[in-house]
Parts: sequence; C-alpha cells; structure tokens
Amino acid sequence: MAAMVQVDDLWKSFGDKAVLEGIDLAIPRGTILGLLGPNGAGKTTLVRILATLLPFDAGGVRIGGRAVDRDAAAVRRMVGLAGQYSSVDELLTGRENLLLFGRLAHLDRATMRRFATELLERFDLPDVADQRVSTYSGGMRRRLDLAAALIAAPPVLFLDEPTTGLDPRSRRTLWNVIRELAGDGVTILLTTQYLDEADRLADEIAVLDRGRLVTRGTSQQLKLQVGAERLELHLRDATDLDRTMAMMPTASLDPSTGAVITQLAGPEALRSTLNELAGAGIELARTQVSAPTLEDVFDAATTSSRPESNR
Amino acid sequence: MTAGAPANRLALVWLIDDTWALTGRSIRHELRSLDGLLVTVLLPLLVLLAFVYVLGGALRTPGSYVDYVVPGIVVLTSGYGAALTATALTRDLSTGMIDRLRASPASPAALFAGHVTAALLRTLFSSALVVGVAIGLGFDAVASPGAWLAAIGMTSAYILAIAWVGVVIGVGARSVEAAGGFSFVVLFLPYVSSGFVPTETLPPALRAFAENQPLTPIIETLRALLLGTDLGDHGYRALVWCFGIVVFAIPAAAFLFRRRTGR
Repeated sequence: MAAMVQVDDLWKSFGDKAVLEGIDLAIPRGTILGLLGPNGAGKTTLVRILATLLPFDAGGVRIGGRAVDRDAAAVRRMVGLAGQYSSVDELLTGRENLLLFGRLAHLDRATMRRFATELLERFDLPDVADQRVSTYSGGMRRRLDLAAALIAAPPVLFLDEPTTGLDPRSRRTLWNVIRELAGDGVTILLTTQYLDEADRLADEIAVLDRGRLVTRGTSQQLKLQVGAERLELHLRDATDLDRTMAMMPTASLDPSTGAVITQLAGPEALRSTLNELAGAGIELARTQVSAPTLEDVFDAATTSSRPESNR
Repeated sequence: MTAGAPANRLALVWLIDDTWALTGRSIRHELRSLDGLLVTVLLPLLVLLAFVYVLGGALRTPGSYVDYVVPGIVVLTSGYGAALTATALTRDLSTGMIDRLRASPASPAALFAGHVTAALLRTLFSSALVVGVAIGLGFDAVASPGAWLAAIGMTSAYILAIAWVGVVIGVGARSVEAAGGFSFVVLFLPYVSSGFVPTETLPPALRAFAENQPLTPIIETLRALLLGTDLGDHGYRALVWCFGIVVFAIPAAAFLFRRRTGR
C-alpha cells in the first residue's frame, strides 16, 4: 500500500542558502514518524512544505496520494497542523476557538459542536472551555492548540515540537492522545528536540541534519547501529584495578567513578567476562549493563554527517 | 475524508461563510478589549464634543458649527476606526493564526474580508453614535430618507476604501507598530480638508492639497446629502476616489500576501 505521506527527493533553498537537500521520506498510514534534528536542521521548513504553507524548489510531496503543490485544496482537507507557536485566539474562549476553526474547516454546525465538546474532554479542558484563552496556562494553550488541529478529524497530522516547554502532566496528556490517534489510524509526523519523546512515541525515527536525512529506522534498529551494550564494573577492592585492566585490554577507566567500562558483543561476552574475573578472584561491588541511548544515536548521526557536508 | 463536511458548495459561498465567521471573531475582539470600546465609542464622542464646544466657538463657518463639523467628525472617526484594520491584520499575520488558516480549507481572502467587514460594522456604529449625539446638540439635518441612505452609502464607501488600504499596509508591514503608522496618517488627513474649516481659509499650498485630496469631496458629499448644500461634482469625485482605491488595493494586498508567504 502506498504511504500516506510520501516525500521524494525534496529540495528547498531560501535565496542561495540550501535548507533541504534531497529528502526522501515515506510514512505508512496510522504510524508515527519522529523527526529529530538539531536547531536549524530544516525540520520546521519540511513540516511547512508538507502542510502546503511553503513552496519548494524540486522533488515531490504527496499526502494521501494528492500532490501538495498542484492539489493544495485537497491536501488541506486531510491535514491538521500544530506549529511551534500557539495559534489559538487569546480573546476567544477555548470552545469558541474550536468552533471558529471547525467552521473554517467547513464542518456542519452539529458536527463541529459535538467534536468541540469531545476534544475539550479529551484534552482535559472542560472546566475552562468557556473561559478566555488569555487566562489559560501555557500547557492548557498547547493542548487547546492541538485540539484545534484535530477539529476536522484529519487523517494526517503534523506536529512541530508539540511538547516544547510543557510541564510533565501536560506532556503526558499529549503523549496519550497522540498514541490514541495513531491507534485510530491517523498518520503523524512529529518533530521534537526530546529524544525520549521520539523513543516513546515514534514507530520510526528519522534524523535530519543540515537539510539531509542522515539516518532512519526504529528506535531499536538505530540503537543497534551505534553499537553494543556497555558493561560498567565497580570493584570491591581498588587494588585489583591494575590486574583487571590487564585482563581486559579493550576496557577503559571512568576516572570520576573509578568504574571499569567495556563494550559487550552479546550476552555470551557478559558471562565470560564475569567468569574470568571470578576465576582470578576479583570481587565486584556492583555491575551495570546499559543499552545505547537515542542520544548516542543522535550524536553519532549528526557528528558523522559533518565531514560529508561541504559547508 | 473530512468527517461531517457538507457536500461541495461553490467557492464563493464558502468565501462568504468564512468571511462571516472571521467577522464574528473580530467583533468579539472589539467587544472584549478596552481599546476597541475606546476607539469605537469614546473617541468619536470626545472628538465631537471637543470640536463643538472647545473649538466651535472660535471658528467662523457658514451656518452653525455643529452642522458644519458633523461630516468631518464622521470621516475622522470612522477613518481612524477603519485604519486599525492594518494593525489587526499584521497581528494575525505575525502569529500562528495565519498558518492555521492557510493550512485549512478556508481562503486567506476571508481573513482580509472579515477584518474589512468588521471595520465597516463597527465604524458605521460609531458614525451613527456621532450623528445621534450631534442631533441632540442641535445638528439640523434636512435629509430625506433617501438622502440618509445615500449618506450611509457614501460613508460605507469611504470606510471600505480606508479599510482595504489598511489591509495593504497590514500585509506589507513587518511589525504591528509599523502598521500603526497608517492610523496616524488617516487621523491627520481630515484636518487638511474641508472637514473642520472651509478650504478658502487655508494658506495656498495647503488649500491646493485640501481641495484635491479625497476627503474633501467625501465630506462635501455628506454635507450636500445631510444639509442640502450644493453637491456639484463632489459626489462623482468621491465615488471615483473610493472605488479607485478599492480596485487598486485588493490586487495589491493579494500580491503582497503572496510575496510575504511564498518566500
């Protein structure tokens, strides 16, 4: 089946500054793609092109099979957008905002009233529904903003850093709703600076750096790419340190904790390392095995892409 | 795909519906902000009272000064109110509001038209307030019902012209403060017209400007309709000015908007 969001060799520059250089992307229906990247990588530009807000120079973008440049009107009926900046009206109440955007999405009156009430419930806003947005907290505004993006029940949703600056409770509310939406079959592109957010929400993660996609895959795949699990050994007796280091030529010492750190090729390596140490009579106070984090992935991907870039 | 969307309608019908929805939003803004009430209610009445009671005693005009000054006050206050379209629009364009609107099926033209319609409604309201209070102060209108309607039409044409120029300025301005400069210009134009003193009393350079700028024929047309003065070619010139401005402003606004959003 064709992907709901299909981007082929997309190029965009502002003046002579290239911002996107040949992006290829496909998001299957009902999945969440997490787009990671440092500031200035082109995330927002990509989202704005996909949401028909910006023209592009070359390549193709199709949403639900419709080209965003030639068939923008059809695309706009399928897409909900929540940008980095709150775009709700301060002087209207929460409910009035949803009704206004529902009307501009060309819903009929009865449907939009019902949707507005449902969304206010879903985003934990019914108590303040009839208060002006100017009295809302930052978290309430962002939730209303996302509710406004959903008023026409769009099958495709673009979320540009939806939880930036949110308190943990609002963030959890948004995460739950985003997961539910994907479960209902909504296709979601989510940009974020928070690696744990991408780790928890995204079915697939793509890393954008300097206008190019430098890596993509599931969170597990990406972590495997950067390397093996890490074993941290804390010795009971510090005088065993030299002997330990001699037994494990590839290990390194963490000077701040005094721990011996080594990479594990697999579970078998863990067993043999511990057996060897026991055989040599070296006692351990504590051990810790940790998987590579998405942060390692991100660092590896954005650093290794630097030399390829000719600027 | 969109749930609950009514069957296809003509684009023009949607444009009118979207415009009306955004007009309602702007009117709510007026009613809920102190600024809106000050500009729509208080400022027009204060300007009227100041001219009639503070300056009126010292100014020599044909007939009573209330009669002379009401058209000028209407043009001054409704022009200022309509010029605020520029700042309101710049505010929308510099927030996420415009992105949400552009990513929706609604036409961005509805945003312009909504601001203009709201400006028309609120400034007609202030004008009615000014004329009503002026009648209480002795404004002696002799107009027939038809002439009243024509005067409302003339005022509306003026408001639409100013509001559409406000749209052009609002789309072109980079900041709300810059857009605010337009209201300032519109607030001063009536002083160099026949609004408050006959143009014959002005120094020659100012007089030439006053007699050839659009506000003078507009004010003279209102005077002719409400007070029965000589219309001459004022009505014709006033309408040409207003229509000319609107016909120029709409495509200019569209051009600037495309340039602003399509970079």
